[in-house]
Amino acid sequence: MSLLEINGLGISFGGLKAVNDVSFSVKPGEIVSVIGPNGAGKTTLFNMISGIYLPGRGSVRLNGTDVTGIAPHKLAEMGLSRTFQNLQIFQEMSVLDNVLAGFHLQERGSVIADLLSLPGMRRRAANARDEAGKLLARVRLDREQGQKAGNLSYGALKRLEIARALALNPRILLLDEPAAGCNAVETEEIDRLIAELAASGIAILLVEHDMKLVMRISNHIVVLDHGEKIAEGDPATVSRDPQVIAAYLGREETEAADADG
Amino acid sequence: MTAARGKWLQLAVLAIVIAALPLIFPSGYYYRVGALIFVNALSVVGLVILIGLAGQISLGHAGFAGIGAYACALAPAHLGLHPGLALVLGAVVSGLLALLIGRPILRLKGYYLAVATLGFGILVSMVLTNERALTGGPDGMAVEDIGLRPLLRDLGWRISGGEFWYGISGIALLIGAWMALNLLDSPTGRAMRALHGSEVAASTVGIDVARQKLRAFVISAVYASVAGSLLALQNGFVTPDIAGFMHSIEMVTMAVLGGVGSVIGAVLGAAILTLLPQVLTVFAEYEQLVLGAVMIIVMIFMPQGLLPSIMRRIRGRGE
Repeated sequence: MSLLEINGLGISFGGLKAVNDVSFSVKPGEIVSVIGPNGAGKTTLFNMISGIYLPGRGSVRLNGTDVTGIAPHKLAEMGLSRTFQNLQIFQEMSVLDNVLAGFHLQERGSVIADLLSLPGMRRRAANARDEAGKLLARVRLDREQGQKAGNLSYGALKRLEIARALALNPRILLLDEPAAGCNAVETEEIDRLIAELAASGIAILLVEHDMKLVMRISNHIVVLDHGEKIAEGDPATVSRDPQVIAAYLGREETEAADADG
Repeated sequence: MTAARGKWLQLAVLAIVIAALPLIFPSGYYYRVGALIFVNALSVVGLVILIGLAGQISLGHAGFAGIGAYACALAPAHLGLHPGLALVLGAVVSGLLALLIGRPILRLKGYYLAVATLGFGILVSMVLTNERALTGGPDGMAVEDIGLRPLLRDLGWRISGGEFWYGISGIALLIGAWMALNLLDSPTGRAMRALHGSEVAASTVGIDVARQKLRAFVISAVYASVAGSLLALQNGFVTPDIAGFMHSIEMVTMAVLGGVGSVIGAVLGAAILTLLPQVLTVFAEYEQLVLGAVMIIVMIFMPQGLLPSIMRRIRGRGE
């Protein structure tokens, strides 16, 4: 059964159909990529799925439950986690505290316990701290854990955001351009990390511009253009689709543009 | 320095200062000033949780101080409640009221939230001023003595009213600072700092942003209420000024001046703004002018507030 089911999803901004009638599904352990030219509506689609935008039309089902229009923090409780294209890091907090924020659902408790520093609170916080340390080691940020997050490099912040998203122990992870701005080595690391996560049974929904990465790791690709789904299928099928080639390269131009752009 | 060690260090410094200050007091009058500083600091520590931690503003927290103060005046007079229990009653009423009004107004952000809280503060102060039959109106009303001093005297411990309230306020401040420092390094504190940084990111990691803002608002309201109660009890008298707009502004100014993210900074800000007017009386009618100038200069050269700026300078020299 599908973990995430998108059905006829759409939203308009002031008459402009930013996303229109998009449907697809993601199974556990599957890597599904959403690709398309700039402005195709990929991030808008992510924002609707993760509850940041209220969809105008259609539905989102998570594990069989209709979750259309449910608040992001409720979706987090149901196992949906995400990263952002334009990084949403808690800049003023330490690297460790950023990941600990991701453990919120696990370490939260009564506010009285927090004010009085009761043993229960300290135990919860200590557990979260242990696990946060492991996650930071996994994305190779364990040595930076005491630093203010705002001081990290762009590539490191990308990894930190993934670590924070993983702290939720999600069943489905939405990654919005995780490799953007990363060098070849960093991209390869992210590639490997995504494959590992999928192998452990997490469903992955990916927006990415690096076509080599997308073609290599995706099980299934959904292509958007002008807010509409123009094609979907496995990487080989999609890359041969004339509509997809037209969307990326333009219909009339014959320039040998690089599809990696 | 780990957070836990930092907490105990800060509390130890605060405790030592509170205990040692009387050694340099030239007269008994200074116990009154000290007690006033501690009570102001207590309400400002509450604002540090709201403003510094959760990133929300309130220009109406004197309203909660007013509720706490008048609870101690009204409940013993009309309900026959012990003044100490009246303090608890005031805190409960303030907390419930904060819960009730916080839910709708914390949806607002920035200036809009400032204006909405301002409205709340003005409302409380108007009720206290106009309900003459109950509150005595602008003339205020007397507050019953808490009655602990005679008890101490019976136990053979003779202390003046000034000394007694200095001790009580100092202990209250220490407890308030301890709880705030606990909160700072707790799951709730992290959630508040996270939503301060990015509400969108906070909600996607499962933080109920509205709920955490409300918690900060209620906690800070209870701080202000307890501080207001202590002020009323030690003065033996209250007027509606305690809930007034100027008092709200004073509280926020103390928090910002000391450094809004820091508990010790809050105490420093409260101390300076409580002491300055006393010192500046030598300037007679220019007192307010000099006070304003001092505040402008501090904010220009130390926009982070006094304590964070001083700490940075000390650390910078150490490296």
